[in-house]
Amino acid sequence: MTRIVGIDLGTTNSLIAFMKDGRPCVVPDRNGRTMVPSVVALTDNGLIVGDSAKEHLTRSPERTVYSVKRFMGKGLADVQNELTYFPYHLTETGGVIRIRLGEKSYSPPQISAMVLKELKRRAEAYLGESISKAVITVPAYFNDSQRQATKDAGLIAGLEVLRIINEPTAASLAYGLQEKTQGTIAVYDFGGGTFDISILKLKNGIFEVLATNGDTHLGGDDLDRLLVDLFIGEIRARNDIDINRYPDHMQTVRLEAERVKIRLSEELTATVSIELPEGIGRFTRELTRAQLESLAMPVIERTLAPCRMALKDAGLTSKDIDEVVLVGGSTRMPLVRQRVEMLFGKVPHCHLNPDEVVALGAAVQADILSGGTTDMLLLDVTPLSLGIETMGGVMSSLIRRNTTIPASAKELFTTYVDGQTGVDIHILQGERELVKDNRSLARFRLKVPPLPAGVPRIEVTFLIDANGILNVTATDMRTGQSQSIDVKPSYGLSDAEVEQMIEDSFKFAADDVNARKLIEARLDADALLKTTEKSLAEAGHLIGVDEAEGIRSALSQLATAKDGTNPRPIRAQMAELEQAAKRLNVVMLDDSLKKSLQGKKVSEVR
Amino acid sequence: MARSMCWHCQSAVTGEYFCERCVKVQPVSKETDYFTCLGFPRRLTLDPKQLEAKFYELSRTFHPDFYQTKTPAEQTISLGNAAVLNTAYRTLRDPIQRAEYLLGLETGSVKDIRTSPPADLFEEILELQDTLEEYRSSERDSQEGQKLRTVLETEQRGLEQRKQEMEAQLQRLFTEWDQLQDRGEATSQTRAERDRLLKQMRDLLSNRTYVTSIVSDLAATIA
Repeated sequence: MTRIVGIDLGTTNSLIAFMKDGRPCVVPDRNGRTMVPSVVALTDNGLIVGDSAKEHLTRSPERTVYSVKRFMGKGLADVQNELTYFPYHLTETGGVIRIRLGEKSYSPPQISAMVLKELKRRAEAYLGESISKAVITVPAYFNDSQRQATKDAGLIAGLEVLRIINEPTAASLAYGLQEKTQGTIAVYDFGGGTFDISILKLKNGIFEVLATNGDTHLGGDDLDRLLVDLFIGEIRARNDIDINRYPDHMQTVRLEAERVKIRLSEELTATVSIELPEGIGRFTRELTRAQLESLAMPVIERTLAPCRMALKDAGLTSKDIDEVVLVGGSTRMPLVRQRVEMLFGKVPHCHLNPDEVVALGAAVQADILSGGTTDMLLLDVTPLSLGIETMGGVMSSLIRRNTTIPASAKELFTTYVDGQTGVDIHILQGERELVKDNRSLARFRLKVPPLPAGVPRIEVTFLIDANGILNVTATDMRTGQSQSIDVKPSYGLSDAEVEQMIEDSFKFAADDVNARKLIEARLDADALLKTTEKSLAEAGHLIGVDEAEGIRSALSQLATAKDGTNPRPIRAQMAELEQAAKRLNVVMLDDSLKKSLQGKKVSEVR
Repeated sequence: MARSMCWHCQSAVTGEYFCERCVKVQPVSKETDYFTCLGFPRRLTLDPKQLEAKFYELSRTFHPDFYQTKTPAEQTISLGNAAVLNTAYRTLRDPIQRAEYLLGLETGSVKDIRTSPPADLFEEILELQDTLEEYRSSERDSQEGQKLRTVLETEQRGLEQRKQEMEAQLQRLFTEWDQLQDRGEATSQTRAERDRLLKQMRDLLSNRTYVTSIVSDLAATIA
């Protein structure tokens, strides 16, 4: 059985984790950092991801994509009122947002796939084996299109996504395993871009979700924006300059807002300092925690209504909750903790790192799927009601929200006109009465044999699988034959598009590898140039003039090769230089050895 | 619960959910009712703790998580079985849904249960509908509006009280039904008794649904 990894694909940061000796661990990078910023930047050397891409936010904002999770499974109309906040260019094709980066356009799943690939690479380097299977987490309140988009991202990244699991439930798995938690718990998950609340019952290794609720468009990002608006307004009043017109400075303001917000979770006051455009100086101000909290209050209040709804749907009151667990970076805010404590009447806790706990839980679920952990089982629910459009634009509900998944419903269809050969079916998700107020998931045409009206009987099965993703099948009840259904997603990539993107990603993978090799070769060449130059300066007098000249010539040839776009000649020139400087290094070593031995007795040397 | 012949090795299946010869999971038959699926007799008073324990046990047996390393055919069966199990548990867990389901099994389709107002409340409910209309078209803060609101609040309390009485009465019928089933006699007298209980339960359930929808309508209007 090959290893299955767990991935937390976050709005701001992403992590990858695996199971080791029955415990989940997050994969760190060389510097011990576990989080990969979910940022992708297009540079002159190709696409880069993570920490290095984050540095490009202020350098080339229009070519640096962040918070792409907000666009998963969405059309342009869904994000219309926040377009001004993003410096990169968004368009739409076939109901799917596209992000313009240089000459090419990318769908959100493609951008997410780049983050996934970076995580995959990191795990492969750390574990020394290739990774092809993963469990990926999504916000519990993600709808079908958003889940499908996440699965597509995995496919494009060359990962077989064995399971999509909900972030709060993943967190509960980590808690259940490490803290042996039992009873009824509420998981309050407030992250960078999304909010979820899940109520679970933990009993003898079964994790039964009773209800879930949330808002997939509410997170720390929204708090940053409030601060950004505040600062921009003040800068306009003070310096008569509109920062909105300077995308790179907008990003500086946004990053400063985020930094100050995080700082105010620890301190009572923080200093804001932003360099202004056109060399007109800096904007500085003090911001107190109280000021931040009065701004943040309305956003935090918006998390409480979903909590009450979840309690009601679970048939519980706050008194029935034994434990409240906090997940997500935004729960570090003291005000969030206060409000949660007030609502549930209990001190919430986060014994496990709120940034890592979701990835850890995903690794536990991965271990369950690979047969490693057998005593734990997660029984999750579908967050939204599923239905179909009926006469008069009304939605008829087939599977209610908070139904345990897998869940299925069957519906019998017939014809109203003699010889009718098809029935159009429109699938929806949401809690409202009218079709127009719910989310359109997909449409398809049911094929019906031409018969008198009312005679055909086609049974359609709507099955929500353990990933929370809908599968539709149809059977002709008269013949018993099943028919394949070609579902056209309303806000998603078609199968053909996903396939094309997988193909492209393999094609571009070669370019990506080249870009990476080039960067590495240049770094190595720089290091070699520096040390050789130093040696030559220090010990050049110990070797012949011709030999020194040979080294100088090799140095300049490597410097020239380094500017090329092919890593191979760089490596070749590096070998040349190493060869030319071989004797220099030996001589230098001898010399330094001699010096260190001078004045010492033979017995000391031994 | 299982079919009589294994889909995989075609040997006769005598085990409950698995073929004894090739140990492959067997699909839950379409004819299996939810009581049988969860291994309970067709009774209306079930112990929620026992029901939950059985649901958890069967979830461990069927959940797709435990079939990831098995063949695609077994995965499909596990997915289907888990979906049936979840529906069965959801239906039987709630006493009202459980009774409606049993009525459907005993007397035909559940969808035949129409909601109807309790006969003795007919006049009162007609009047209530009028008051509701009046309230909807009145100024909420006016004296008239507030007076109507008080009337509606009293009505709501009264109907909620009535709903509780109906549920208590249903509970008594459920116990009677179970006792009749436990005796297991097949005389003409018990058959008549059975039909009487089924009819009473059906009427009460349909009245209860009606009152429930009126109450939630009321609550939404005056909220």
